Amino acid sequence: MYTPEMLASIAKVEATRKARMGVEPRRMTAEEKEALLSQYHPDYKNDGFATLSVGPNKGDKVPTELRALLEGKSRVAGMPINLAKIDYDVDVLVIGGGGAGASAAIEANEAGANVMIVTKLRLGDANTMMAEGGIQAADKANDSPAQHYLDAMGGGHFANVPELLRKLVMDGPGAVKWLNELGVEFDKAEDGTMITTHGGGTSRKRMHAAADYSGAEIMRTLRDEVFNRGIEVVDFTAAIELIKDDEGKIAGAVLMNMETKEILIARAKTVILATGGAGRLHYQGFPTSNHYGATADGLILGYRAGAKLLYADTLQYHPTGAAFPSQIFGALVTEKVRSMGAMLVNVEGEAFMNPLETRDVSAASIIRECGDRGKGVETPQGKAVWLDTPMIDMIHGKGTLEKRLPAMLRMFLKYGIDMRETPILVYPTLHYQNGGLKITPDGMTCVPNLFVAGEAVGGIHGRNRLMGNSLLDIIVFGRSAGQHAAKAAQGVKLGELTLKHVEDFEAEVKAAGLESDTLSPQLLPDYARKV
Amino acid sequence: MEKMVNVFLMGKKYEVPESLTIMGAMEYAGYQLVRGCGCRNGFCGACATIYRIKGDQELKAALACQTKVEDNMYVATLPFFPLEKKIYDINEIKPTQQIMMQLYPEIYSCIGCNACTKSCTQGLNVMQYIAYAQRGDFAKCAEESFDCVMCGVCSSRCPAGISHPQVALLARRLNGKYIAPEAKHLTERVEAILKGEYNDLIENIMQKPIEELKELYNHREIEK
Repeated sequence: MYTPEMLASIAKVEATRKARMGVEPRRMTAEEKEALLSQYHPDYKNDGFATLSVGPNKGDKVPTELRALLEGKSRVAGMPINLAKIDYDVDVLVIGGGGAGASAAIEANEAGANVMIVTKLRLGDANTMMAEGGIQAADKANDSPAQHYLDAMGGGHFANVPELLRKLVMDGPGAVKWLNELGVEFDKAEDGTMITTHGGGTSRKRMHAAADYSGAEIMRTLRDEVFNRGIEVVDFTAAIELIKDDEGKIAGAVLMNMETKEILIARAKTVILATGGAGRLHYQGFPTSNHYGATADGLILGYRAGAKLLYADTLQYHPTGAAFPSQIFGALVTEKVRSMGAMLVNVEGEAFMNPLETRDVSAASIIRECGDRGKGVETPQGKAVWLDTPMIDMIHGKGTLEKRLPAMLRMFLKYGIDMRETPILVYPTLHYQNGGLKITPDGMTCVPNLFVAGEAVGGIHGRNRLMGNSLLDIIVFGRSAGQHAAKAAQGVKLGELTLKHVEDFEAEVKAAGLESDTLSPQLLPDYARKV
Repeated sequence: MEKMVNVFLMGKKYEVPESLTIMGAMEYAGYQLVRGCGCRNGFCGACATIYRIKGDQELKAALACQTKVEDNMYVATLPFFPLEKKIYDINEIKPTQQIMMQLYPEIYSCIGCNACTKSCTQGLNVMQYIAYAQRGDFAKCAEESFDCVMCGVCSSRCPAGISHPQVALLARRLNGKYIAPEAKHLTERVEAILKGEYNDLIENIMQKPIEELKELYNHREIEK
């Protein structure tokens, strides 16, 4: 499978392995990290960004591709929409079928609300399903929520919204317990103690996992619970615009069947946007580890309804996307591989950094190694560095990699690469939207009765998220949004439904001279070859 | 010029580069996928596909996003297979053999043909985990089925009408909730937080000015 040049480089990696074992590479100083990020992290590349001309964040910088959608053409523009013909009438409408949406729906149902989930693919087709490494929670004797707070604050460059972060860390152990009681299988020792490891930037071992199927195990359990509770799930149906009432409160959404294009109207007393991330917008041309539907739809819908964005200019490039073979280019290689001791090594076999720096620092460091330093390994897609996976069994004993990283092992074995025996090639991949819509700790935006949960939220993680804090955030903030949206729905009297906010936004776009043909939200990426 | 192969997508012939996955080949052929495409990474089970290499007796199953095309490959995608999921209250049921008999009695009609195992896109020993479920050994069933992506190919091949992924999911939830030992440190920590024992610590750190937080962060002790 590997080219002769790669094999020659592997020989160098093997030659240095023994000397590298047990020697932890030095961590960078705060100054070194800052210099590295400003020179090599994609967030600092000015030509990847554009300034918004309309809307609540006018004047702010966002990725160029996101701007085109935020200021794009509404899918309801020029379409005759009859808001009086109500197809679904519920208390709480959850838009999005990932971990945040499912958690929200379960809690809203628990609170007695009539709740419905609408999702453009299937329930569970979401980034949650693909989260491999684990979920953080400060539940060990040497740890505390305050320690978790400090790690996340530092990792987030001290930009995290303190009240949101407080909620994340304080509710963390409760979230893991809730999952465990739903039947999620966490890796445990024989006495029941959670097996926990480090993630990049953590100061305590607080990463809980279910092998390297952590997100899948959580998602399939939540999905099963949604079905057990009889919660209505409308799948293959996208929300294409939010609906307000004549008092400006959120009042539902315009839905579109993804296959027949039929338009449906959902009226709701409260709405929870749980639409996830944006990897499939391929910012700056990066490959992505995200699922097929990650196109930032919630950001578009919320923005047009008047909700504010926070840190929409910060993206997370996961340091270790698969770089070879091409069939899995961009696919996630979980950080857990590094948590378990695999080092990042360049073409010469040198460990060029501590493998457990935060994700932004690690990604920038790999980009530098492959770029200006010229020490990357040549691949058909560009350059890459080695992730020295055979170290894992050498450190923890034979069989460990197979037991703790079965999905990774399977992914590479399909292409004839046995990562127990040979290192694998990695390069940063677009992984996570750090920013999103601004919320209060109760999960509401500045638009009355519009809630947000999950990756579509901005502020919890500041300008860079730590591994294991997003599985945690979808549960903590998903549950909370469900509880608060159910409560808020009580006593709501909806007025007449309207799409005036969409028309007003359009007028604003037009006034700014920005009329475009780009339909938004995008809903799915277009990968079909044009023939 | 890249080497091309012939594939037959839903019976129609297309010439595609041999390096592509089945999913990549469909998009190369011009399909804009809506169904049969989820995580594109082998975790979600949305792209279950059956195929036969021309002249080959065996009908194979795979995930379209994880499988390379081959010359003369006949492909039929199976993006939705209707699994039978039984409704239950996880707080009411108990991890006894009885529950399987009650919810999924068809597992006892297994004729041992092993078609499920042979068709598993994840290479799991499906018939074995069903055998564990029959015996009420849910911990073993959970372990053996853990990597299941619930694509449903096994069930499509089962003459006994078993919905294997749903049986396994029930076993895993029973195992996770009832059989695996309790994490006492977790229970205690949750109680302590609820009692307010961590309020002072968190409020204290929240009130620190950023410069002080930076000092704390840059010099914090990192567990070995």
